Amino acid sequence: MNKVRVSFPRFGSYNIPIEYIIRKGLDCDYVMAPPITKKTIELGAKYSPDFVCTPFKYHLGSYIEAIDDGATTLVQVGGACRLGYYGEMHEQILKDLGYKVNFVNMANANFNKPLTFYDEFKKINPNMNVKKVAKATLLAIKMVEIIDKIEDYIRENVGFEVVEGSFDKLHQDFLEDLREVEDKKELNIIYKLYMRKFKNLKINKPKNPLKVGIIGEYYTIMDEYSNHYMEKELAKRGIVIERWMNISNTLFHNYEKEIKQSIKKYAKFDMGATAMYTIKKAIDYAKDGCDGIIHVKSFGCTPEIDTMPVLQRISEDYKIPIIYFSFDTQTSDVGINTRVEAFYDMIMMRKGEMMK
Amino acid sequence: MKVGIPRGFLYYKYHVLWETFFDELGIDYIVSPKTNKDILKKGTMHAIDEACLSSKIFLGHVDYLIDKCDCLFIPRIASLGSNKDIVCSKFQAIYDVVNNTYREKDLKILYYSIDVENKDTELKAFLKMGKFLGKNKALTLKAYMVAKQAEKTKKMIDINNQELLLKEDKIKILIVAHPYNIYDEYIGKPIIDILTELDVNSILGCVVDEKKAKDKAKVISKTLPWTFNKELVGSIDIYKDKVDGIILVSSFPCGPDSLVNEMIIRRFKEKPIINLILDGQEGTAGLETRLESFVDIIKLRKEEGEVVHE
Repeated sequence: MNKVRVSFPRFGSYNIPIEYIIRKGLDCDYVMAPPITKKTIELGAKYSPDFVCTPFKYHLGSYIEAIDDGATTLVQVGGACRLGYYGEMHEQILKDLGYKVNFVNMANANFNKPLTFYDEFKKINPNMNVKKVAKATLLAIKMVEIIDKIEDYIRENVGFEVVEGSFDKLHQDFLEDLREVEDKKELNIIYKLYMRKFKNLKINKPKNPLKVGIIGEYYTIMDEYSNHYMEKELAKRGIVIERWMNISNTLFHNYEKEIKQSIKKYAKFDMGATAMYTIKKAIDYAKDGCDGIIHVKSFGCTPEIDTMPVLQRISEDYKIPIIYFSFDTQTSDVGINTRVEAFYDMIMMRKGEMMK
Repeated sequence: MKVGIPRGFLYYKYHVLWETFFDELGIDYIVSPKTNKDILKKGTMHAIDEACLSSKIFLGHVDYLIDKCDCLFIPRIASLGSNKDIVCSKFQAIYDVVNNTYREKDLKILYYSIDVENKDTELKAFLKMGKFLGKNKALTLKAYMVAKQAEKTKKMIDINNQELLLKEDKIKILIVAHPYNIYDEYIGKPIIDILTELDVNSILGCVVDEKKAKDKAKVISKTLPWTFNKELVGSIDIYKDKVDGIILVSSFPCGPDSLVNEMIIRRFKEKPIINLILDGQEGTAGLETRLESFVDIIKLRKEEGEVVHE
């Protein structure tokens, strides 16, 4: 039997749980879009509107590469910002390019009416079994939480690895094994096994290391290619990295009401999309003794641009340096590295002076 | 108490409503002047580099008003219906952007926030504003009703005037642009002026029955989330048979327009279209050249069409 071959744009390590839902829940094949390369982004940029935000271009490039690898059904989600209109536009561009694919756009569904999501899932596989989808989704959520826990540990410690590349290697092994997971039992075993392996990796961490918090726009912050491996650049210099923004914290353990309440001094109203998280976490990192904060976003991301005047005030009030990065498809690694280097020098000198 | 109203963003869409409301309540107010070079310069200075041109202009107007009024009117809108009727997040954030940008000035800002999805309707916003201004509820309600009527009347007059332009035997071009761009003296108005020089009637997409336009938009694009863009997209369907060409006008780098313009160009092939991006640079020579050649193309097409017709 010829199964439907489904794909979703590359997004950090999260394609693995998505693959699980598609395979186990919806009984379809999954085409893992190739890792993002310069070619992906060139493809995406070539066929995208000029000044649309960068994730749109990444997604488009990723779709095209997945189609070349045999995908016949593509999925897009919805969102509170421009993301909510990505799907219809992607579908139109792919159609105009002559690709004949089934495009499933979750933006057609309505969060206030959960059943409308069922209709969208049915477009992926009309014969789907709701119970199976629900079961697979629950496990996929667990998977996401495990990915996030492991990656939190990595951010905290990778900067101090004794054997260069040991964390990265183990991370790759973990993701490979995670893809093979069939059920809850196996997932738990993998989690325990790898957590132990990670904790056994030798590190040489000073008592009071430099610590940097990362905040910013949803996709760019979570997709390492999109932020030009910002976290790796920092780790190389022996820095602890804090990043609250991930899927489990924003989708499953969200505490939006408290967040809004706790930032009232800076934002009377909800400023849209991820702006509230960005502001809240900037304050948290400042209070938490971080030596600096890095704000990342794609060029022109309106909600994140609007947090910047707020972040400037937080920076003044808490006397914490904040550096701003805006990525587009033309951004060069060299330019970023130079700025990261200068930022590192600055926070290190500050820390040195404060210790005196 | 004197209220300062910045002549930017939502002003152009709602000024009759606001001004009538303040007039009815006997509130003194000042509207910043038409955008000029100095206002744009001040706004650019205070805004984040990457912010859109229209928001820089808005900040310029705020800057102008700060020392000239007792409190500022910074309207905030988050949604105008369900979660499928949203606005650009700029309108959601603008209150706090202004407040943080000018924190040292300790601004006093009138409370005006609309978020229909969360039950904060326009009426509620006006009632709260009345309370803030120390007016009683009955008086506020009456002022709002009068203002609503005035708004409706103005809209009808605008639409009727546009109908007259549509009937004239001239080249007609539909301009699809947010009111705060096309009505802005410094960035959008020059387009209309140049077209007038070329003996072309400018038909504005934003002068339309908004409800009707919103319904039409659904036919063209199903998941389009932004209300203001829906009205503009729908206006194309309403005016397309009466105009000879379409100009899409956006300020750089407008988020919603970056996608919506592309969608319009890809789905609407019946009339010639160009896309103009306003970046606030000085001089209109480039603009003139593009508009002239666009009008030439339209003329050529018309002549060809007439020949075929004979």
